[in-house]
Amino acid sequence: MSDPYSDRGNKDVSIANPKGMGSAQPIQKSGAVEPAAGGPFLIGENMTGGYGKGPDILHDCTISVDEGEIAVIVGPNGAGKSTGMKAVFGMLDLREGRVKLDSEDITALSPQDRVAKGMGFVPQTSNIFTSMTVEENLEMGAFIRRDDFRDTMTQVYDLFPILKEKRFQAAGELSGGQRQQVAVGRALMTRPKVLMLDEPTAGVSPIVMDELFDRIIEVARTGIPILMVEQNARQALEIADKGYVLVQGRNAYTGSGKELLADPEVRKSFLGG
Amino acid sequence: MEFLNAIVALSNYVLIPGIAYGSQLALGALGVTLVYGILRFSNFAHGDTMAFGAMVTILFTWWFQSMGLSLGPLPTALIALPLGILGTMGLLLLTDRFVYRFYRAQKAKPVILVIVSLGVMFIMNGIVRFIIGADDINFLDGERFIISARDFKTMTGLDEGLAFRTTQLITIVTAMIIVAALFWFLNKTRSGKSMRAYSDNEDLALLSGINPERVVMITWLIVAVLATVAGVLYGLDKSFKPFTYFQLLLPIFASAIVGGLGNPVGAIAGGFVIAFSEVTITYAWKKVLGYLLPESLEPSGLVQLLSTDYKFAVSFVILLIVLLVKPTGLFKGQAV
Amino acid sequence: MSEGIRNTLLFLLVAGLITYVGYAQSLNSALLIIAMGLLSSIMALGVNLQWGFAGLFNVGIMGFVALGGLAAVLVGMPPTPGGFSAGGVGVLVALLMGGATIAAAVYATKKMRKGWLRTVVVIVLLVGGFFVFRALLDPSVARIEEINPAEYGYLGGLGWPVLLAWPVGGLFAAGAAWLIGKTALGLRSDYLAIATLGIAEIIIAVMKNEDWLTRGVKNVIGVPRPVPYEIDLQNDPSFVERAAQLGMDPVEGSTLWVKFLYVLLFGAVLLILLWMSQRALHSPWGRMLRAIRDNEVAAEAMGKDVTARHLQVFILGSAVCGIAGAMMTTMDSQLTPGTYQPLRFTFLIWVMVIVGGSGNNFGAVLGGFLIWFLWVQVEPIGLWLMNVITYGMAEGSPLKAHLIDSAAHMRLLTMGLVLLIVLRFSPRGLIPEK
Repeated sequence: MSDPYSDRGNKDVSIANPKGMGSAQPIQKSGAVEPAAGGPFLIGENMTGGYGKGPDILHDCTISVDEGEIAVIVGPNGAGKSTGMKAVFGMLDLREGRVKLDSEDITALSPQDRVAKGMGFVPQTSNIFTSMTVEENLEMGAFIRRDDFRDTMTQVYDLFPILKEKRFQAAGELSGGQRQQVAVGRALMTRPKVLMLDEPTAGVSPIVMDELFDRIIEVARTGIPILMVEQNARQALEIADKGYVLVQGRNAYTGSGKELLADPEVRKSFLGG
Repeated sequence: MEFLNAIVALSNYVLIPGIAYGSQLALGALGVTLVYGILRFSNFAHGDTMAFGAMVTILFTWWFQSMGLSLGPLPTALIALPLGILGTMGLLLLTDRFVYRFYRAQKAKPVILVIVSLGVMFIMNGIVRFIIGADDINFLDGERFIISARDFKTMTGLDEGLAFRTTQLITIVTAMIIVAALFWFLNKTRSGKSMRAYSDNEDLALLSGINPERVVMITWLIVAVLATVAGVLYGLDKSFKPFTYFQLLLPIFASAIVGGLGNPVGAIAGGFVIAFSEVTITYAWKKVLGYLLPESLEPSGLVQLLSTDYKFAVSFVILLIVLLVKPTGLFKGQAV
Repeated sequence: MSEGIRNTLLFLLVAGLITYVGYAQSLNSALLIIAMGLLSSIMALGVNLQWGFAGLFNVGIMGFVALGGLAAVLVGMPPTPGGFSAGGVGVLVALLMGGATIAAAVYATKKMRKGWLRTVVVIVLLVGGFFVFRALLDPSVARIEEINPAEYGYLGGLGWPVLLAWPVGGLFAAGAAWLIGKTALGLRSDYLAIATLGIAEIIIAVMKNEDWLTRGVKNVIGVPRPVPYEIDLQNDPSFVERAAQLGMDPVEGSTLWVKFLYVLLFGAVLLILLWMSQRALHSPWGRMLRAIRDNEVAAEAMGKDVTARHLQVFILGSAVCGIAGAMMTTMDSQLTPGTYQPLRFTFLIWVMVIVGGSGNNFGAVLGGFLIWFLWVQVEPIGLWLMNVITYGMAEGSPLKAHLIDSAAHMRLLTMGLVLLIVLRFSPRGLIPEK
């Protein structure tokens, strides 16, 4: 047994509560932020790194998004799409490269501090508080704000009218698409400067997927740049201003959504012809 | 008349003691369920935390009594209670700082925290016995009864007396206040909601900027209030003995699990289910049945289903039945 | 320093501590510590099987130990004259009836369709069965308890050699473990901890209250021994002579000899169980258990029946505790249900396992000896410490009296501290798992 504090496979629910347990290290010290003018609004530049002391998953990978844009990361399974986004969000140990947001180098910041700096992140799974009501979910999204956030909540309800209807219902009782809306709404509550979505359409039906994409475009129209990872490459590239195709943790193709959709190589390898 | 007598006897021996005991168990189970929901382990030291809180309260009660301070008809322990709570808060925060926090930073699995709580249990048990001894202590003063059995009989002219003890009323009222305050806190305040969020989804709570250390600290503070109040109420109602507090662990755990571990509403419901099962099954029903049944059918024995020594067995059997029928407990768990 | 040398040194250290007690206090105390240390080691070995090999959290060790004690009485004690004819048959019939009720209820639950009818039938069966059970049991019990209550008042045992009680104690514990495991491990989620905690309390409650079975709090005394009685040795001229040769008077010599024989017997049992545990650990069965423990999902995917394996190891571990319980009651020569307390018989064993080293059989043995030694010796050490602390205080000061009186409670505090310190600074225990 390598970990002296492991549970030896114990599954006894009368003494131990596995539900909702986190995997992130709760107490993380942040380093300093340095000014770094120029370049795109948000960029993860030449990122190389992996989880903890594990092997490198990303190799010299660059991802960026500019104001008013939707940037999409696509690629085959295991290409490091989500990992790339998590690296931008600070959940990865970078050995090389840096992350810049709004003319500041934030490479040394913990994920929590990046949220405070204006990054909104929607994880792929477990992205809502299932036992709390929709409205409480939004309130928790605004936890770091000490000012009046009622306006923001109204904006979120305007963007996602169904949430207003279900505001007093437990979020866990909603359908898959509605839950994703709660998740995005929660992230919007901090009034982020940039929104990052990790596979927002995973596991929802095609109709719901189209609706979600519409909503995402609407969010982008409010002026928030969006960086997202998508499994459904074709639909995602259709709405994208900028696209990144990652293969084995490296940038394989980069271009505007239209360019990539038109590129025969990309079509053959990733879009099924 | 016979029917009224039966009701009075039932209230006197089953309903009122059941409600009082149920309130005590509910407060204890709430503490256990909060720790289970937020810190994610079953705290075996909870019974001894209750004993510690009661002990500090008793020490202050003695001091106040020696100074001649009193609340008249109410027990002096009520003035000492806030100080007992403060003492317990101090103990729990110190324990967390020097014991539990290390394991949180290590991301130790909950079962390890259970084992850690065994060590804490030994230490608290030792401290309490070291300071106040292992003997029975009665620290109740003031008026013993609100209505004594004799007064009730003269008042109503019934054969059966109804005694309503001061401690029973205090227990019920205090428990109601504490529970109402707790639910207000959990559902209406920012800190309370952040606790529920942390219990629901730790990673997402972190992303939302909730500070886990603060959530844990608030949890221990609330647990200190719940444990001390439960311990003092139980001690006033029965008497204070460190070993009985340790033994309360089983009915308290049973209450929390019957209600659905991690669910505060469940903890309260569970407390009353367990308390009433214990009281009804170990109560000798001869008297009540004697009033209700015609003379020819009157029972000859005590009609006691089980001897009082089997009360722990009762909590356990109820627990088992509930789990067999509804594996998540009466209320679905994890909703602190 | 190689691991082997380190472990040997640890065992030597404990041996040295006990030798010192033999030298500084008395040989008798030292032998008693060894005997009880052996018993503790056996219990720790049983718990280590469950926790160390399979990650099962058993907090009902006390109950299994007490069942072993019950076996010693039921096997070893002579039958009460007239007891069986007075009420034994009635009790047996009542127990069969009770068992049949539960079986019928379980059968109805399984065979009938879900719905209110099933609920009603099961409740009627259980409630009706309970009253029939009590109606059959109570008069027989009253007749048994009437037989010379000062001396008997219970059914007695079979009067068989008490050594037989040791395996029987294991069987009793195994039976109880099977029942608990079947129920608690079979639920949708695993509820073993609360189940064992509850059953242990129930077992003790039964032993305290069912006087016809155990004489309850009146205790059963004079359980026969597998070793000679001191008084017989003292009347045996050849023994007196041998004692004299060693420079001992007959009384001292006989007590030491009896203790020594127990140590030999217990040591033999420990060695057998330790050998078996080691074999189990390195058998395919043990490897499978560890595979399940370290990655249950993978093991399940490979088609291993996790629940069945867990049930097996839970029964085996509990049986080991039952054997130790029977041995302990045999050495004490009495069954005193009032002395079974969870702190001493459940949680102390846990301290032994954790301190010794979860998952390592030798660790469990070392932990058993070391913690038992501390449990016994902390009190005199605490008293000495208090005397030192209060040295300067005025004679008759209440604080001084209180501190000296409280020294007895130091042991709980110490056990907690030892557990926490080991868990923090040496979480794998003194002899870590390989």
